[in-house]
Amino acid sequence: MTLAQRGRWLTLVGLVLLAGIYVRALAFTPTERFQGLAQKIFYVHVPAAWSAMLAMGLVGLASILFLIMKDYRFDRFAAASAEVGTAFSLVMLTTGPLWAKPIWGTWWTWDARLTLTLFLFFLFIGYLLLRGAVSEAPLRARYSAVLGICGLVLLPFIHLSVYLFRTLHPMPIVLKPSAPSLPGSMLVTLLYSFGVFTLLYVGFVMQCYALAGASDVGGAGASDA
Amino acid sequence: MGEVLRHAWVIARKDLVLEFRSRTAFVSAAVFTALVLTVFNFGRDPTAVATVDLAPSILWVTFTFAAMLALNRAFQLELENEALDGLLVAPISRTSLYWAKLIANCVFVGVVECVGLPLFVLFFDVPVGGVLAPLIGVIALATVGFVAVGTLFSAMVIRTRFAELMLPVLLLPFLIPPLIGAVQVTARLLGGRPLSEVTGWLRLLAAYDIVFLTLATLLFPTTVNE
Repeated sequence: MTLAQRGRWLTLVGLVLLAGIYVRALAFTPTERFQGLAQKIFYVHVPAAWSAMLAMGLVGLASILFLIMKDYRFDRFAAASAEVGTAFSLVMLTTGPLWAKPIWGTWWTWDARLTLTLFLFFLFIGYLLLRGAVSEAPLRARYSAVLGICGLVLLPFIHLSVYLFRTLHPMPIVLKPSAPSLPGSMLVTLLYSFGVFTLLYVGFVMQCYALAGASDVGGAGASDA
Repeated sequence: MGEVLRHAWVIARKDLVLEFRSRTAFVSAAVFTALVLTVFNFGRDPTAVATVDLAPSILWVTFTFAAMLALNRAFQLELENEALDGLLVAPISRTSLYWAKLIANCVFVGVVECVGLPLFVLFFDVPVGGVLAPLIGVIALATVGFVAVGTLFSAMVIRTRFAELMLPVLLLPFLIPPLIGAVQVTARLLGGRPLSEVTGWLRLLAAYDIVFLTLATLLFPTTVNE
């Protein structure tokens, strides 16, 4: 089985499990007392944000590894990860306002985490645009690695500066010093959806990576084959 | 280190002499700054919003655009007659080249800001008398941050398609942290607040400068090596 086929199967499994998230979240997880049904979007929004962050982290890591080892597979992986990350950040940026309108009374606000994710999206777009604007493969790989590393370093700065600016986003409820402050059944659903979104990320990246490899054949980037 | 800076200064001087003799870039950037300031004047309702509330935004949006314009031409200059290749085969390190461009860009943007600041004070009647020294300090801190990343990116975009468009798209997200900091500090300064209120922001600006100067120095050789 080729990489693309394996990626396709993994994605298919992920999509079936995604349907499982909806069933579990809607039918078998208690409804939050204050937010009502709107809170259900949490099980899609938060894992999508996680996958987008994971994608950016891995773009940065792959960029560093590319610059050290000059192995074009890292470059291709970074490109695939950025492409998939763009999709996940789009999911995060659309589900967020859907939840925010009934709960905060506004579609958008310039809170620290919202701004951070918006810029995450801009970085992904910029990264893909830069790749599209350089025709020579070695140059493209080096340029995008530089941008990937800078982007990774930028994100904490944006978070910190906007955090100092003002914040409204719900505080972390899972990853914080004390125990998670949500009921066990909700936590299970959330962790399950984290797993599914990570699986989807891997599936998508495998397909993008295989596709990039196929289109590189004969091109200047084929030297790594 | 001394060697690196000495080489950097020689190249930076060459760039600046070129700019000062032709003057086209300086004059256009200064006129652009003046025009952006006038655009702001007509882009607001003076009866509804007090100038001092809007002043920090006006100043920093203007400076951001001016810096972008200046950075776009940083390496454009070297494309003519393949001057960049000449620089690359010269017996100087890539680090010197980055610092050379950094110094030249800082001076260029600084000169444009020296024109922009008095015009800003004149056009919008902002009281800067008592806070001029700290204000210039903040402008310097933010400008170094802008130029540190901008110089690195402008070396990359010259060899891409749509270079003039690519630089703002890539660079603007990177200008957000120094921009937020600079606007906050400027607002406090113009509002007559004590400096102690903005130490957090100043620290953030300084940290940004140090981190991105280091990172850009490390990454720059990758962008110009053949």
